[in-house]
Amino acid sequence: MTAFSRAPGERSGPLRYPFLFLALIVSAFPVYWTFMIPSRTNDAVGQLPPPFLPGGHFFENAARVFDTVNFGKALLNSLVVAGSITASTLLFCSAAGFAFAKLTFRGHGALLLTVIATMMVPMQLGIIPLYLEMQEFGWANHLVAVILPTAVTAFGVVFMRQNVLQAVPDELLDAGRMDGCGTLRLYWHVALPALRPGLAVLGLLTFMQAWNDFMWPLIVLNSENPTVQVALSTLAAGHYRDNTLVLAGTALGTLPVLVVFALFGRQIISGIMEGAVKG
Amino acid sequence: MTIATPAPAADPAPPRRRTPGGDHIPRATRSVLRRVAGAAVPYGLIAPFFAIFAAFGLFPMLYTAWISLTDRDMLHPGDERFVGLRNYTDLLSDDFFWKAVRNTFLLMAMSSVPQLVLALILAHVLNARLRGRTLFRMGVLLPNITSIVAVTIVFSQIFGRQFGLVSWLLGEVGLDPINWQAGEWTSKIAISSMVIWRWTGYNALIYLAAMQAIPKEHFEAAAMDGAGTWRQLWHITLPALRPTIAFTALVSVIGQIQLFTEPLLFDTSPGSVSGGNGHQFQTLALLLYEESFRLHNFGYGSAIAWVMFLVTVVFAALAYLVTRGGARLRGGSR
Repeated sequence: MTAFSRAPGERSGPLRYPFLFLALIVSAFPVYWTFMIPSRTNDAVGQLPPPFLPGGHFFENAARVFDTVNFGKALLNSLVVAGSITASTLLFCSAAGFAFAKLTFRGHGALLLTVIATMMVPMQLGIIPLYLEMQEFGWANHLVAVILPTAVTAFGVVFMRQNVLQAVPDELLDAGRMDGCGTLRLYWHVALPALRPGLAVLGLLTFMQAWNDFMWPLIVLNSENPTVQVALSTLAAGHYRDNTLVLAGTALGTLPVLVVFALFGRQIISGIMEGAVKG
Repeated sequence: MTIATPAPAADPAPPRRRTPGGDHIPRATRSVLRRVAGAAVPYGLIAPFFAIFAAFGLFPMLYTAWISLTDRDMLHPGDERFVGLRNYTDLLSDDFFWKAVRNTFLLMAMSSVPQLVLALILAHVLNARLRGRTLFRMGVLLPNITSIVAVTIVFSQIFGRQFGLVSWLLGEVGLDPINWQAGEWTSKIAISSMVIWRWTGYNALIYLAAMQAIPKEHFEAAAMDGAGTWRQLWHITLPALRPTIAFTALVSVIGQIQLFTEPLLFDTSPGSVSGGNGHQFQTLALLLYEESFRLHNFGYGSAIAWVMFLVTVVFAALAYLVTRGGARLRGGSR
C-alpha cells in the first residue's frame, strides 16, 4: 500500500518522469530546430529525411542574414527599444506601485481599480488612431513611437504594488520619516533598495516582452528602420524557400532572450508564479 | 497598509533651516505651500501611468469609435466623411468578415481548450517532489520566451509541404504529404499547434502556483480515503482552481481574439496578408490589418476593431460571472 506511505508531495504516478521528459523534448525541439537548420546548407536541409544533427555552416548563414536585411541596425534598435521600455517601466511602475501601496490620497481606491481595469483593454483595438497620432507627432518610423505606448504598464503597476506591500514594511518608512525624509526620498532611498528582487523580475519580463513585440513595430516602423522581429518578418516574407537563411536570422533574434533566460530563468519563473497567486 | 501618520503633508520640518532665496516668504505661507506640494506627490507618482494610458490607450480606443463612423482613407488624411453606421452594415454583408469571425472562433477553441487541459495535467505532474525541478520548469517555459515571429517561422518550416518534418513523418508511415497551408482545417491545426506550444507551459506554471496554495491536508485526507492521484486532481485540485482556470481561460481567449502574427507569417505567398488564398486562416486581427494598412480603409478597419472590442467585453463579462458564481457557491457551502 504505497499510497499511504507516500508523502503528500509525491502524488503523481510512476510515469511522471517519462511524461516530463517528453514535455521537455516537445518544448525544446523547435528551439533546437531553429539552431540546427541554419548550421546546414540548403541542399542538406532539402533532403528527406532531413538532417537531425547540426553541421558547420551556421556562421556562413548568419553572415548572409546581415547581408540580406538590415540586421545589425535591427539588433541595435531592439536593444534600444527593449532597454528604454524596461528602464521607464521600472521607474514609473515602482513609483506608482509605491503610491498605491503606501500613501493615502483622495481617489486611491477608484484610481487603483482603473489601473486594474485597463489591463483588460487590448491596445490593438486603438491601433489605427495610434498610428494617426504618431504621424501627427512626426514620430512614425521613429523608435519613440514604439517605446512610448508601453513605457509604463498596468501589469507593472499592480505587480510593483504587491511587491511594495511585501518587501517594504511600514516600520521602515516610519523610521525614514523620523529622519526627515519626504515622500519622494522615502520612495527613492528607502523603498527602491528594498524592491530590488521585484524590480529584477519585472525588468526581465518587460525586456523579453518588448524584445518579442511585433504588430505595433511592424505598423509604425518601416523596413529601413526595423526591430529584430520586423526584420525577421521581412526576411521570412521574401525568402521563404531559403530556410537556412530565414532560420539563421530567427536563431540570431532568439539568442538574446535565450541568454537572459539561461541566466535568470529561476527569477522569471518565480515572477510568473508569484504574479499568478496574487493576480 | 497605508501609513496613517498625519498625511505626507505634515512632515516634521526638514533639517534644512534656511531655504536659500525663500527667506522672504512668511513662515505660514511656506508651510501651506509645502502641504500642497506634499499632497500632490502621490498624484505625481501615479501620473505617468495615467498620462501614457490616456494618450496611447484610452484616446485611441475612443477615437476608433469615431473613425468607424467615417469614410477615411489612410492616404488622404483630413478627407473624412461621416457615413453613420455604414461601415458596420457593410461588415454584415462582407463574406471575408464572416469568414474571419469563423476562423477566429475556431482557432480560439482549437488552441485554448487543448492548451489549458494540457497545462492542467502538466501542472499536476509538476506539483510533486521532483528531482531537477528547476530544469523541468524552465523547460516547459522555454517556448513562451521565444517570440511569436520565431515560433511561426520555425513551425512553418516544420509544417512545410515538401521538406517539412511533419510531411516526412507522414511519408514514413505511408501517408501522402499534406499542403498544410492550403486546407481549411490543416491550416488551422498548424496554427493552433503554434499557439498551444507557446502557451501550455506558461499556463502550467500559473496552475502550479495555484495548486501549491491548496492546503496539503486536503490531499492527505483524500489519500487516506484511498483516492488516487487523478481522483485527487478531479475532486480537490480542480474545484480549488476554478477562479484560476477562469482567469487563464479569459486571458487565453482575449489573446486569441487578437491572433495576428501566426496567421500573418504562416502565409508564404509573398506580400499576402489575406490568410491564405481562400482566406482560410485569416483572423479578425489580420483582416483589420489588411483593410487598414494595406487597403487604407481606416473607417472600415476601425469598425472591425470595435467589433473585436465588443467580443472581448462579452467574454470578460462571462468570465466575471463564472468566477463570481463560483465565489457565491463556495460562500454558500460554508
